[in-house]
Amino acid sequence: MRGDFQQPFKNLWLRTTDKIDPPLFALAVALLLLGIITLASAAHETPARVTGQAVNILVALSVMWAVAQFQPQTLMRLALPAYALGLALLVAVALFGEVVNGARRWLDIGVTRIQPSEIMKIAMPLMLAWYFHKHEATLRLRDYLVASLLLVVPVLLIARQPDLGTALLVTAAGFYVIFLAGLSWKILIGLALAACASLPFLWSLMHDYQRRRILTLLDPTSDPLGAGYHIIQSVIAVGSGGLAGKGWLKGTQAHLEFIPERSTDFIFAVFSEEFGLIGNCILLLLYLLLIARGLTIAANAPTFFARLMAGAVTLTFFTYVFVNMGMVSGILPVVGVPLPLVSFGGTALVTLFLGIGILMSIHRHRKLVQT
Amino acid sequence: MRLAEFKDHQRELYYFQLRIGIAGAFVLAAFSLLLLRFVYLQIVQYDYYRTKAEDNRISIVPIMPNRGLILDRSGTVLARNYSAYTLEISPGKVADLEKTINGLESIVEIRPSDRTRFKRLMIEAKGADSLPIRTRLTDEEVAKFAANRYRFPGVDIQARLFRQYPLNELASHLVGYIGRINDRDVERIDDEGLTANYKGTDHIGKTGLEQSYESELHGITGYEQVEVDSGGRGVRTLSRTSPTSGNNLVLTLDIKLQEVAEQAFGENRGALVAIEPATGGILAFVSKPGFDPNLFVDGIDLASWDLLNTSPDRPMVNRALAGTYPPGSTFKPYMALAALELGKRTPQQTIYDPGFFQFGNHRFRDDKVGGHGTVDMYKSIVASCDTYYYMLGNDLGIDNIARFIGQFGFGAKTGIDIEGEATGVLPSQEWKRRHFKKPEQQKWYAGETISIGIGQGYNAYTPLQMAQAMATIANNGVIYRPHLVNYIENIRSGERTLVEPKVERAIPLKPENIEFIKRALAAVNTEGTGARAFAKAEYTSAGKTGTAQVVALKQNEKYNERNVAERHRDHALFIAFAPLESPKIALAVVVENAGFGARAAAPIARQVLDYYLLGKRVDKPAAEVSADDGDD
Repeated sequence: MRGDFQQPFKNLWLRTTDKIDPPLFALAVALLLLGIITLASAAHETPARVTGQAVNILVALSVMWAVAQFQPQTLMRLALPAYALGLALLVAVALFGEVVNGARRWLDIGVTRIQPSEIMKIAMPLMLAWYFHKHEATLRLRDYLVASLLLVVPVLLIARQPDLGTALLVTAAGFYVIFLAGLSWKILIGLALAACASLPFLWSLMHDYQRRRILTLLDPTSDPLGAGYHIIQSVIAVGSGGLAGKGWLKGTQAHLEFIPERSTDFIFAVFSEEFGLIGNCILLLLYLLLIARGLTIAANAPTFFARLMAGAVTLTFFTYVFVNMGMVSGILPVVGVPLPLVSFGGTALVTLFLGIGILMSIHRHRKLVQT
Repeated sequence: MRLAEFKDHQRELYYFQLRIGIAGAFVLAAFSLLLLRFVYLQIVQYDYYRTKAEDNRISIVPIMPNRGLILDRSGTVLARNYSAYTLEISPGKVADLEKTINGLESIVEIRPSDRTRFKRLMIEAKGADSLPIRTRLTDEEVAKFAANRYRFPGVDIQARLFRQYPLNELASHLVGYIGRINDRDVERIDDEGLTANYKGTDHIGKTGLEQSYESELHGITGYEQVEVDSGGRGVRTLSRTSPTSGNNLVLTLDIKLQEVAEQAFGENRGALVAIEPATGGILAFVSKPGFDPNLFVDGIDLASWDLLNTSPDRPMVNRALAGTYPPGSTFKPYMALAALELGKRTPQQTIYDPGFFQFGNHRFRDDKVGGHGTVDMYKSIVASCDTYYYMLGNDLGIDNIARFIGQFGFGAKTGIDIEGEATGVLPSQEWKRRHFKKPEQQKWYAGETISIGIGQGYNAYTPLQMAQAMATIANNGVIYRPHLVNYIENIRSGERTLVEPKVERAIPLKPENIEFIKRALAAVNTEGTGARAFAKAEYTSAGKTGTAQVVALKQNEKYNERNVAERHRDHALFIAFAPLESPKIALAVVVENAGFGARAAAPIARQVLDYYLLGKRVDKPAAEVSADDGDD
């Protein structure tokens, strides 16, 4: 009797959770928790940010759950429309976008403002993965060229806004798909050389503030009160954390407002100052495990599309981590890339969990397709 | 077919997994790089960054000590401090100064003089953190600015201690003033190794006692360790070392006597120094005209500065200390004493004065037409006979004069406790050799000695030297070093460091000689050139009038005051001490371009002595008395 009584609930629980990959979910939640703890310290003067982030997390987890329910094929069908929509919106931004802080990134769609470049972070790998999947049997150099074109056009639009961080992440996502689809090493090496050769050209295309960021990275002390200030202060925060850190809520760099953007892009400086090298190792390990899980899912995915998509999403996630930590610790220039699952901010969180949802969907539906 | 497809699929999967593996290796490499970076920053460079973070966090804020007060002998305050709000700009934190000042103008009154002063401070006090654009804000202005503060980054209100000289012009040369520390001051502070103690101090003594006793008055700067945020705002105080206030200066000066003396001068220019003979303590130290030292405290505006500096009255010169004047006939008692001590004359020995002294083909005139007739030493002093001293000068010779007179401190710094003392000129053969460059000028001519005898020629002494010499006569030859500060008071411990009266030296003088000179000087005030000025004095006194030529007269030319431009008129001098038997005060007065000493200088001395000995005040300029028969 009792068993019968519990059965419906058990079924419901199973049905709602069977698409959720426990290792991925556990790792993501662990990172979210670290993020909330750090945010509580970084934003100690604005506690509303913590509750705001809690709401963001709920929304993002719902998105993850919803996406995980879809079959990869459904996602594949969405590739072209999503990409087309993203591209159209990017063009619209270029034409009618709102300028905020000197960058034309936002589009007012009446109800709210959206940042179309964010869509491309998912739509780009989706599109390319779909494209390669479609031409799986007959992949030729021409397909890689088409894929490159599909990549370059939106990236240029985003870079022109200018939004170097997003452009970088979208490029990375697209490139990972092309790489995983098997672009020959010769071409890869050739591209790498060409990229090096085109650096002076890229330099001439850059905005002044972007150039300054790169120059200040090479020598932050050249402009200690201007552009170099962010790097200098965040490196001081990291270094002064030492082995065990200053303790939660005890970071002087964070609490005396020396760290800029300390709840968003520079939250890692706060974490690092308060939890030290030990904290950093734990954080790196969590990210590493999450990435490893993602790559495992990719390696075992049933279809070409699923493999490419899972691989690209995972490696993009890695790119977030590397670029952000590199920036905060002073080995990469300052680009607006958040620390995934830790930085405050709803948009990035939703995009990231969309990716994690896709990974879960791919993992849970692998047998279905194989049979 | 199916198999091939399957094989193909397997191969494809293998290649994909290979690439995933490569990507994984890349991830590992990248994370290792990050880990290395963290180890480098957090372990290897930990000490460096920890220090950096502490430096960021902790700001050492100097706390200025209260400057010591300056008080007269009875405790009247001559220099004090008061607290007021100033509106200050940190030039380093303001992008457009002009715009900021214009903006501030809409909130608080900023006068054009405030602007010019600010510009001057910008030039003078390079590298200062913060400079005042307005001082002494009213409470209302403070409130108005506080409400608008967010609009003016780099501008703030500071509560500062200001120096105030409540007596304004009175004793201004003596007290001096403080002003903003300039480049030269910074250099000196560095040289003396006091840089740390002057952090947070932006004023320093510039002249007078404020300058000379800077090290006593300044005090020891305290420090506060403050935790600050990135905007430099203090969050909390971590530790505090309190400052030690500067020491108070209590002077030997009698400010009421000073006031009486300054009033006695009226509109006249000149100087007066009054000394307590038994100690060397300065009782009054007048240099007229004076100036308002309060003008300098906030940084003087250019217009006032120009006015003070270009005025023909030269109010910024401390005449008592740095002005040098020929002593004229006030030199005669010392000449007479020299003659007695060196055995060149006896008191009884007489000369005949036909009204001139003939030296070669040059005729040195006596002021009294027709001469004084038969003159002994007593009469030569009482009536101030020039011919007697022309002859005496000639008989003594320049080097004897210099050697003897020099013992009284003429032509040498007295060592008084404020800076800026002039040496003056005690003429001698050696002095001439050193002073002139051309060989023909370096030679001393015997004719030059003759006018030295009546205190003219190269003779040039400060009023301070003249007063000190008078005090030495009053003391029977004992010289005390003159000093302004009676004692230095440590406010916290109450400990007083007395400036002990210091005997510089004692001139060996025969008692009968010094007694004779004193008797003759007393007669000056009872029956001689000073008699009019000292008519009906209720105390005994000794004095000597003097008149110093500003422009040398030509041979046969008779000095006529009306024909001479005001600034070329003779200076009036008077030296005195009183009471005769037990001198309490000795003084020297110089009144510039005022003519006969008996007429202009002696009445000032009378008022000063009347007040000091009897407490009588008239509170108006000393009236001139008509010149009597004497030479002066």
